[in-house]
Amino acid sequence: MTAVIIGAAETDEVGRLPEHSAFRLHLEGARNALADAGLTKDDVDGVATVGTPGPVQVAHALGVTPAWLDGTSVGGTSFLFHVRHAMAAIEAGLCHTVLVTHGESGRSRVGAPPRAFGPDSLLGQFELPYGTMGPATTFTVTALRYMKETGLTHEQLASVAVAQRRWSSRNPRAAMRDLVTVDDVLASRLVAYPFHLLECCLVTDGGGALVVTSRERAEALGTRKPPVYVLGAGESAESPIISQMEDFTTSRSFRLSSQAAFAEAKITHGDVDHLMIYDAFAHVPIYGLEDMGFVGRGEAGAFIAEGHTSPGGRLPMNTNGGGLSYTHTGMYGMFAMQESIRQLRGEAAAQVPGVEVGVVLGNGGMFMSAATLALANRLP
Amino acid sequence: MSADQSKAIPRPTPETRPFWDGAAAGELRIQRCVACARHYFYPRPVCPHCGSSDVEWVTASGRATLYSYVISHRPAPGFAGDGPYAIAVVELEEGVRMMTNIVHTEITPENLALDMPLRVVFEPRGDVHVPLFEPAGEAS
Ligand SMILES: [Zn+2]
Repeated sequence: MTAVIIGAAETDEVGRLPEHSAFRLHLEGARNALADAGLTKDDVDGVATVGTPGPVQVAHALGVTPAWLDGTSVGGTSFLFHVRHAMAAIEAGLCHTVLVTHGESGRSRVGAPPRAFGPDSLLGQFELPYGTMGPATTFTVTALRYMKETGLTHEQLASVAVAQRRWSSRNPRAAMRDLVTVDDVLASRLVAYPFHLLECCLVTDGGGALVVTSRERAEALGTRKPPVYVLGAGESAESPIISQMEDFTTSRSFRLSSQAAFAEAKITHGDVDHLMIYDAFAHVPIYGLEDMGFVGRGEAGAFIAEGHTSPGGRLPMNTNGGGLSYTHTGMYGMFAMQESIRQLRGEAAAQVPGVEVGVVLGNGGMFMSAATLALANRLP
Repeated sequence: MSADQSKAIPRPTPETRPFWDGAAAGELRIQRCVACARHYFYPRPVCPHCGSSDVEWVTASGRATLYSYVISHRPAPGFAGDGPYAIAVVELEEGVRMMTNIVHTEITPENLALDMPLRVVFEPRGDVHVPLFEPAGEAS
């Protein structure tokens, strides 16, 4: 059985939305995704979202009586986990139509959960005493080791931001649309050496939602938009704190989740027309390209710098502009999936011609968890 | 000094208390599995390598090498007076890694070469001591 995404939409706007609470962003995403699917809340019997506000509150506010809930909350990739769990639940007959919602007031912090970690937590004892300030100072700490081991240059790292700006310049919804050069990136202020401002993700407000059902129900309902088939999915996790990642040059959960997704989908790298890799910071797509097996070890920096992931390149990647240039609410995974679905439907702002198979790699925390989805607009 | 100007102070739990007691005594204590003879960090009651609960506390040599780092230009509370500071992950001689700060050297990329030798020092912080690392030089 194949799960099908029959509804997908983001909030009306993304960016700076001080009049929207995080909860309202969930509900707006849900409303738009249901409208996209041509369904009502009464067609939904499963709800999945992250721990805050959680699936109970989302289901209650929408007036959905759930037969199945998933509150998996493992960082920004959680929504990819929800799709995989929904596939399994639908296949097992636990429910038939699942709404996956995201809403986050990452910039305006309206109705947002506190970011505090107690002094007796793992972070409070073994990271915060060293002056960490969230992802910019922890997610990034692997990069110098990767650079030493592989020879990645500062210019190649900067080229990730350059490539993605080429995409976002074609996307009117993107927060940052001006083309930049490697020199521009390296001249932007240092946030946490070796990372400059333009190599770090945006911090925005926004949301989105998906409607997932079975192929049989999708055909019975008759979808308004071209169906997007979930051919395969995988998930894994590694360490809750970055210092315990077993090898700073490769992500185990990137490798394992993508291997599982490719195997289930029965696809090879040559089948992939379009790729989304969660880009909280410029090094993450480099790890992703290598850990998923699209390029060999140490080759991803040159691959991106040579333009192979840019418009016209042979592996279009992060075509909305990514977390670096499109939007990044904090838990970006929903937006990576939305862009993959738009490309497969042929409705992306920077549409790549002839996309039939797309892959999405979501990261959670600081290389803490990962999930991969293999999507297609046709059955194999 | 007001609360928002002080560096974060860790609070031990029963599982981590020996680590912090060691730091107060000037010793870097980590855990070692009796069953498989491997060390591990962060403190917890089960060996992540073999699953054994037969684990013991040992005192590490305090010698380490620099595994990776960033230089933060956006100070956390209490760090503004330090200038740019190195948030590092070091690899202890015993094979385990931990996050720390590099101190007692000018914090520049030129001064901080990966794999350079380091040794532990302890900084009083509230009612605990925090392990930091300084360059060990060629003599180590
Ligand atoms: Zn053991």
